[in-house]
Amino acid sequence: MPESIKDKVAIIGMGCTRFGERWDTSLEDLIVEASDEALADAGIVAQDLEAVWFGTATSANTGQPVAGALGLPYIPVTRVENACATGAECIRGALLGIASKAYDLVMAIGVEKLKDEGYGGLSAWPTGVWHPVYGASVEVGGAPGRYALAATRYFHRYGISPEKGKRMLAEISVKSHHNGARNPKAHLRMEVTLEQVINAPIIAWPLGLFDCCGVTDGGAAAIMCRAEDAKKYKPSGDYVLVKGFGLSIGPGWGKEDTRYDYTHWEETEQAARMAYEMAGIKDPRKELDMVELHDSFSIAEAIGIESLGLCPKGCVADDIDAGTFTQEGALPIGLSGGLKSFGHPIGASGAREVYEIYNEILGRAQEPSRQLPNVRLGLAHNQGGHPGMFMSGITIIGAP
Amino acid sequence: MKIQTSRKDKGMAGIVSYGAYIPIHRLSKNAITAFWGNSAKAGEKAVAGADEDTITLAVEASIDCLSERERQSIGGLYFASTTPPFQEKQCASIVAAAVDLGEQIHTCDFANSLRAGTSALNAGFDAIKSGTAQELLVVAADCRLPAPNCEQELLFGDGAAAILLGNSDVAVEVEASLTRSSAFIDSWRTEKDTYPRSWEDRFVLDEGYLKILPMAVSALLEQCGLEIKDFDKVVFCAPDARSHSRMARLIGAAKTQVLAPPFDELGHTGTALGLMMLVNALEEAKTGERILFANYSDGADIYVFRVTGQIERIKQRRGIKKHLASKNMLPGYGKYLLYRDLLEWASDLRPPRRTALTTLWREHAAILSLHGHKCKVCAGIQYPKRKVCQYCRAKDNFEDIRLSDKKGKLFTFSMDHRALEIDLPKVLAVVDIDGGGRFYTSLTDRDISKVEIDMPVEFTFRRIHEGSGIHNYFWKVRPIRC
Repeated sequence: MPESIKDKVAIIGMGCTRFGERWDTSLEDLIVEASDEALADAGIVAQDLEAVWFGTATSANTGQPVAGALGLPYIPVTRVENACATGAECIRGALLGIASKAYDLVMAIGVEKLKDEGYGGLSAWPTGVWHPVYGASVEVGGAPGRYALAATRYFHRYGISPEKGKRMLAEISVKSHHNGARNPKAHLRMEVTLEQVINAPIIAWPLGLFDCCGVTDGGAAAIMCRAEDAKKYKPSGDYVLVKGFGLSIGPGWGKEDTRYDYTHWEETEQAARMAYEMAGIKDPRKELDMVELHDSFSIAEAIGIESLGLCPKGCVADDIDAGTFTQEGALPIGLSGGLKSFGHPIGASGAREVYEIYNEILGRAQEPSRQLPNVRLGLAHNQGGHPGMFMSGITIIGAP
Repeated sequence: MKIQTSRKDKGMAGIVSYGAYIPIHRLSKNAITAFWGNSAKAGEKAVAGADEDTITLAVEASIDCLSERERQSIGGLYFASTTPPFQEKQCASIVAAAVDLGEQIHTCDFANSLRAGTSALNAGFDAIKSGTAQELLVVAADCRLPAPNCEQELLFGDGAAAILLGNSDVAVEVEASLTRSSAFIDSWRTEKDTYPRSWEDRFVLDEGYLKILPMAVSALLEQCGLEIKDFDKVVFCAPDARSHSRMARLIGAAKTQVLAPPFDELGHTGTALGLMMLVNALEEAKTGERILFANYSDGADIYVFRVTGQIERIKQRRGIKKHLASKNMLPGYGKYLLYRDLLEWASDLRPPRRTALTTLWREHAAILSLHGHKCKVCAGIQYPKRKVCQYCRAKDNFEDIRLSDKKGKLFTFSMDHRALEIDLPKVLAVVDIDGGGRFYTSLTDRDISKVEIDMPVEFTFRRIHEGSGIHNYFWKVRPIRC
């Protein structure tokens, strides 16, 4: 019987770069910018770290860029990747390092430098796979087209007309931009209207430009130690505890399996089950105070909400209409602006989501109007892949 | 010119089945003349899509020809084209793999002549008569590229025909045949030419086509003791419509006997034209009819065919008539430039791609022959191949199952307007296959205003990219064509 790691690991410092098209900033600059804030928050220096987990999907192959950028003293730096769930993966490595008592003080850092590619969208994954059909997204399309498959099916399954469906998704993006516009570190800081979203150029029908997240440079870092050591670094108690974690990697058969409905995220459900069990959460809608959800696309949020068990299947439109997930609603989702507005540097997002919840729990929202009252427990959902082939990671953190 | 062969054919070798393929896209001749500022012209021509070439056209015609027939009895496939996608690397073997004929067969490419289709037919009849093969598929396809803003551009069309030869169930017997070879040069294309060239019309027609073909026809009729009036139908190709009429007059064929060339609906389909006209004639043929069939270029091939009662068995093919009726008019010349890849595009729209030929070889049964896998434990059908059954987790216990001849329904779709593809939007398609299995691909030959969930679709073999400098093929789906 594996031992739960609930309440065993503390996050004592976090940092996050400004997200955006950082033309004057290199991968190393982003590493330093995220780490410096986290290290200062924790009251330590880089040379105090005993190990680092470095998440990046496309910007580096090894741990060396972190060791070099921070001048680390020949300690272990492990580069990890799980596509867009890379951020959750680097957090997982670090918290297991602490929970196992192999280390006392570690850092998880997710960074992605996407805007050095000279390409407006997300370019093909340099996986080295040269499959004649499935290599480099040849015959299966890019991320927008793959997620759009789920939107089409979702509309069909629940009898939603394309017009109503596009409106439902547009409401999600309007909310994301509303939140992100007020977040100082967000990438796309502008409000958008329903009409703007609905009438935007189509990227992959039914998804338009504003249904898709930004392509962004950025990074986020978390310093972790064992819960019992947290007060040593943070005497005033401004730290959080890891309450639950789940990671589910699907076999990838869904997209070619007749049983898959394209209207739920199986891997998210599995990761949530693990994380809720560890955190002792029975009714996530009631017990969670906020959720940062992997809204790489508006449809990813709509279905993600249902797969996290935050509303019944097929009913997300009702909650969107009711404003349940706005800042003023019963369960704010994507208060940061989400991947949509805050931005989505692939390997950083999972850690960046935790940063948002961390600051809300500690009462440190950078723009005071963004501060929620009394946040005790929050969930960060991070998801790589595409419908039928996901890798999903969930981190739940809470006040000590 | 001397007689090379002349024979009174008896034996059992004959035509067992036929099929054809015409791309769904048509370009009106007015779209061409309007683009160049020339005066209007009636008619239209068939244009291969962005994901088609002579290999894919040949696969389509072959599948139409074979339809429900057992494919394992076929002993050979001959592919004829003047526009084979590969100059070095056999095309017939790729066609045969896509049609799933297995590897115990004889494949060969016939090229370089507009008569290559009937050269392949002659070789095929010989193979049947000699007993080398019980059944053999002859398929001709051409996508000739005409020079812009010239007569050829209004004339050339794309298409393919397939003829299955065999020694039983013969629907068309060969009563007699004759072949001639000639060094006469009328049109040509050297390794340095992009477009076919020709000498002046008067020489090409008067000294060539209108002399060589009638002489060959007369020679065969004389040998058989037949006259033109003894034929129910006279089928022969021509470089253009006017020459076709002149030829009919020269050989004394009445209008009622002559099958009109499809230059205003289909275009001149090069090497495929002769066999496509033959298929067109057989679609109309009745038991007992006698057909004169003549093909020209670099000499001539002449046949006396007799239709048997078996012809009724093969009337359900899409052939020429149904394919002609099923069409999509291109909105203008720009789409033609795009589909035939005639301009140099911005490099970021056509990023270089790579294909591991090792992977292609390991998975050729799956990629080219579209073999899925059926679990021997739970009967679940899956594609691509798994190490363990995705339905019951049984380990490595599958049998191959051909999926290409199945139909399916669209489970869901999306339309990617930013895909790095020639023909946008790329319609991603998730298909539930009739009889089991789900397939993830894209939808081609589609009208995007009519794509909907549960739409019936069928598989079609298409060229998908040029990774590693080879033509890469895979199976897409399309709305049921006709």
